[in-house]
Amino acid sequence: MENKTAAVQMRDITKRFGTVLANDRVWLDIYRGEILALLGENGSGKTTLMNMLSGIYFPDEGQIFINGEEAVIRSPRDAFGYGIGMIHQHFKLVDVLTAAENIVLGLKEPGRLNMDEVAKKVKAICDTYGFDVDPYQKVYNMSVSQKQTVEIVKVLYRGADILILDEPTAVLTPQETEKLFAVLRNMRDAGKAIVIITHKMHEVEELSDRVAILRHGQFVGDMLTKKTNAQEMTNMMVGRPVTLNIERPDPVDPKPRVEVKGLTVRDIEGTLKLEDVSFTINSGEILGIAGISGCGQKELLEAIAGLQPAESGSICYVEDDGTREELVGKDPLSIADMGVCLSFVPEDRLGMGLVGSMDLTDNMMLRSFRKGKSFFTDRKKPRQLAEKVVKDLDVVTPGVTTPVRRLSGGNVQKVLVGREIASAPSVLLTAYAVRGLDINASYTIYDLINQQKKAGVAVVYVGEDLDVLLELCDRILVLCGGKVSGIVEGRGASKPEVGMMMTRLGGKKNA
Amino acid sequence: MRKQSKGPIVHISKRSALPWYHAWAIRGAAILLALVVCAFVTTALTGEDPIGVYKTMFAGAFGTKRKAWILGQNLAILLCISLAVTPAFKMRFWNIGGEGQVLIGGLATAACMILLGDKIPNWLLIGIMILASIAAGAIWGGIPAICKAKWNTNETLFTLMMNYVATQLVAFFVIVWEVPKGAGKIGIINQSTQAGWLPQIGSYKYLLNILIVAVLTILMYFYLSRSKQGYEIAVVGESERTARYVGINVGRVIVRTMLISGGICGLAGLLLVGGTDHTITTTIAGGRGFTAVMVAWLAKFNPLVMVFTSFLLVFLSRGASEISTIYGLNHSFGDILTGIILFFIIGSEFFISYRLSFLKHTKKEG
Amino acid sequence: MFDFVSFFPRAVMQGIPLLLGATGETLTEKSGNLNLGIPGIMYVGGICGVIGAFFYEQSGHMNGFLAVAIPVLCCLLGSLLMGLLYCFLTVNLRANQNVTGLAMTTFGVGFGNFFGGSLIKLTGSEVPSIALSATSAYFSKSLPFTDKLGVFGKLFCSYGFLAYVAIIIALVCSYVLKRTRVGLQLRAVGESPATADAAGIDIAKYKYVATCVGSMIAGLGGLYYVMDYACGVWSNDAFGDRGWLAIALVIFTIWRPNVGILASILFGGLYILYLFIPTGTNLAVKELYKMLPYIVTIFVLVLTSMRNKRDNQPPESLGVPYFREDR
Repeated sequence: MENKTAAVQMRDITKRFGTVLANDRVWLDIYRGEILALLGENGSGKTTLMNMLSGIYFPDEGQIFINGEEAVIRSPRDAFGYGIGMIHQHFKLVDVLTAAENIVLGLKEPGRLNMDEVAKKVKAICDTYGFDVDPYQKVYNMSVSQKQTVEIVKVLYRGADILILDEPTAVLTPQETEKLFAVLRNMRDAGKAIVIITHKMHEVEELSDRVAILRHGQFVGDMLTKKTNAQEMTNMMVGRPVTLNIERPDPVDPKPRVEVKGLTVRDIEGTLKLEDVSFTINSGEILGIAGISGCGQKELLEAIAGLQPAESGSICYVEDDGTREELVGKDPLSIADMGVCLSFVPEDRLGMGLVGSMDLTDNMMLRSFRKGKSFFTDRKKPRQLAEKVVKDLDVVTPGVTTPVRRLSGGNVQKVLVGREIASAPSVLLTAYAVRGLDINASYTIYDLINQQKKAGVAVVYVGEDLDVLLELCDRILVLCGGKVSGIVEGRGASKPEVGMMMTRLGGKKNA
Repeated sequence: MRKQSKGPIVHISKRSALPWYHAWAIRGAAILLALVVCAFVTTALTGEDPIGVYKTMFAGAFGTKRKAWILGQNLAILLCISLAVTPAFKMRFWNIGGEGQVLIGGLATAACMILLGDKIPNWLLIGIMILASIAAGAIWGGIPAICKAKWNTNETLFTLMMNYVATQLVAFFVIVWEVPKGAGKIGIINQSTQAGWLPQIGSYKYLLNILIVAVLTILMYFYLSRSKQGYEIAVVGESERTARYVGINVGRVIVRTMLISGGICGLAGLLLVGGTDHTITTTIAGGRGFTAVMVAWLAKFNPLVMVFTSFLLVFLSRGASEISTIYGLNHSFGDILTGIILFFIIGSEFFISYRLSFLKHTKKEG
Repeated sequence: MFDFVSFFPRAVMQGIPLLLGATGETLTEKSGNLNLGIPGIMYVGGICGVIGAFFYEQSGHMNGFLAVAIPVLCCLLGSLLMGLLYCFLTVNLRANQNVTGLAMTTFGVGFGNFFGGSLIKLTGSEVPSIALSATSAYFSKSLPFTDKLGVFGKLFCSYGFLAYVAIIIALVCSYVLKRTRVGLQLRAVGESPATADAAGIDIAKYKYVATCVGSMIAGLGGLYYVMDYACGVWSNDAFGDRGWLAIALVIFTIWRPNVGILASILFGGLYILYLFIPTGTNLAVKELYKMLPYIVTIFVLVLTSMRNKRDNQPPESLGVPYFREDR
């Protein structure tokens, strides 16, 4: 380790957003010829720290040294000047431009712009590292992994030798992840310094040489990956020993509640999102849905909730007395009018589930404001509900008149889940319910979901963390490319088995 | 080669919410500052002392009973149109077609007065006029709304173009109905019989209009803040996806709101043609459709606050027209003053939403 | 009979102010700024040119170069100031672009009419207008050999130099937007400022430059109208709604200045078509013909929205202020 040069030294870096201390006197060293994993829980300040290196934010306090010289990085352009390139979690690409146009964006090369020259150079980079990019393809026609490749080529084109990747694998299939890791190892061996931001333990173990851990904006420590293990890293991330056990009571008297048969859904552009999907959701049971992101989970939930028109197939709601109601072709309002109490915690909380600029009371009304014949709204009951949710779920807020946008991610989610379960639903759909939450808030949500299950609600839990799915759910439906890859019992299922099914229809057996 | 470690000198960050009185203090300060600048501009152009100029403005707005009434009437009409565009703006539907919706409402009114005047009882005529003007305005607002709901057509330009279509329609009918032939204008409609003229309350020509708009203001306030439809408008405006998620039919809300918005504009046309002017010209709306956008925005879409913002703008234009008359300036002087004041208020919003801090980059060795 | 040879040059002359306005607005919108102040800016550009020309004419002797240069510079300066004001409010102070634009239009139209009115008073003329025929003569001077070229000359060579400048500007803008580094980066700023920012592009600089250059181009439209089309006669409100039509033209041409050249001539033609359609004594019908440009705009607007093609959409973040630390 000592013979390597520190490419970047960050010293006493502090950054505040309003009253939130995002980074608190952080020290971090990044070396060439090494892959550093920056590990931490959501909200621990990993991305903020790296954004200061890439010139998106400017630190309130502290210093950055590049190759031993103090550096001032005021803008992304300054960062490029120091050879720093960052691949953001949300891709920074302009959709209506081509790959090559995106790649040269912001560059000050001499001479006039010649796209064919650029395309040639892009091809050369691709050949060196084994990428596959069509320089003339427009970004809006690309898949997520293609977009990510463009991002990586972009920073390489700029001659970056310090690469930062923010949760690069979140959107990739395991195969694509493998390819990416191979490329990253190539680049490390070529002497580049590489940082990947992640909170996935197995990636850290598989890829990195060294790991640095942040917690609540503070630097907790760093060590060689081969000298540590997952439990130690988790403990450092959370700050105390954690037992990662989730309660899973046995289902009581499960009965079919929703029967989905042959469901096929296309999005507005005509892409097939779900194909011939069939399964049953039982009452008093949690049905997990696993799959790589973007393989139909969102469309599936939205189709059940009446937000996504189905091309064919049926979604049948079965009442306790056996009466069946067809949900396909109904909008959320008519589903509610049929007396089906269906709650939905969507992935996009502030863009869909809640209205950011409205206060807690008004957000509580979203579902119920139509009740009653009066022309005017009744704000008394929503206010009481808001107060109850704040009290029961320990929502941290100055009051019920605070716009929900001002709450932290975990509290926003509590407000949303609180509202959705307040209507005593018979079906509860949740999408990535714990995304972005810290471990404590996550456990609160698991508890709430379990309570609903015990109350006989049919719960659907779309998750991205396989460990949680395997511990929480009674059955797991695995989607792969919009098709059902298989349905397994949560008890006794193994992670590799489900992982296989996520990437190949039917998993190992049928492959 | 060591570089000095320096951050940006000014740092801008978002404020958490300011108390309302603080926000209004900032706006008030902006208006004061604007008035000072306006005084300088006026002095530079007229050579009069600024105090005298403001005295003149005040006299122009309130100087005589008649001037005060005219101010009230102008205020009422501007406020009425501002109320009309507000629900649309709350829905983030940029209706800048208030002008055309007023015109078409006025045209419908005039048509009723000319074609039906003296043929049916006056109460029936006025009833038909009310319906016709509101319906005409609603149709004019509804067409862009339907296209927006169905195909997401850009409403800003659509409503703008509808203004000119309305203007040309009025121009067409002005020639069709011109009195006498070749005059190019209609003149006072039903001068002798006063058929279709809205009734006067006592001897006050403008009182009826003012009262109607006052009632409308209160209704709109409650409609937006208390009614279910008002709530739907707010949800659609904040996020269409949320609206769909909770089962609000977004297209229907857009069309319904624009029918209301256009309908009230049509009503403003009725008040102008049936209530005060008793004639129609292509310039009867007088740019108020655009001014109303600013009135509504300055008031943060609160109908009660709009009383003050529309007062401010009407006061400026009345006062400035007095200055122009007294000092022999052109009437457009008012627009310049209005523009200056608007720039200041628009700029002041920044200081309400953001905080400026002057940073010193501190060095610390660990 | 429909007289195309006299119709076409008039359509072009009507179209040139629209073309300049639309080119300026396209450039502005490509940076993500929706400048509804263009109508006001065109007024300001026009009146500033008039003021410059007026005082130069008053000074007595006329020199051809100065007679053109002074109004053009005054016009550019006036519209530049308006552009700077718009940028300061929307870029630095992040004000609502719609409201700022409307306020600028109020201000600009008032500014134009006020100074126009004051100049009219200065001249003490009987009619409510100022005639700057000497200056106008320089502006509308066509190529010397035009007369010898017959119909061809009348159709293509009979215009003042500003008309050709307008077409050249449109072509240059088109080229810059499509083929150059600057254009690529400008488009990125309008589409996704956060992306452009991360790529090291100075967002504020691009917005400022695009909006100010756009304003100056639009201002020239006002100048062309007074000096060439109206033969140097300024009368208040004469410029009318051409500024708004220019904004409509931007959408009509799906943000392409080169398409704007033909589209503006088409619009200009629609604008004056009523003069060329025999309607006999029925004056009223003429008013209906005047609706044509607006109806056509609406039609195109609805049609493009129905087709909803990705490449024909407005810049993604048009009208949205950018704040880097927005989270």
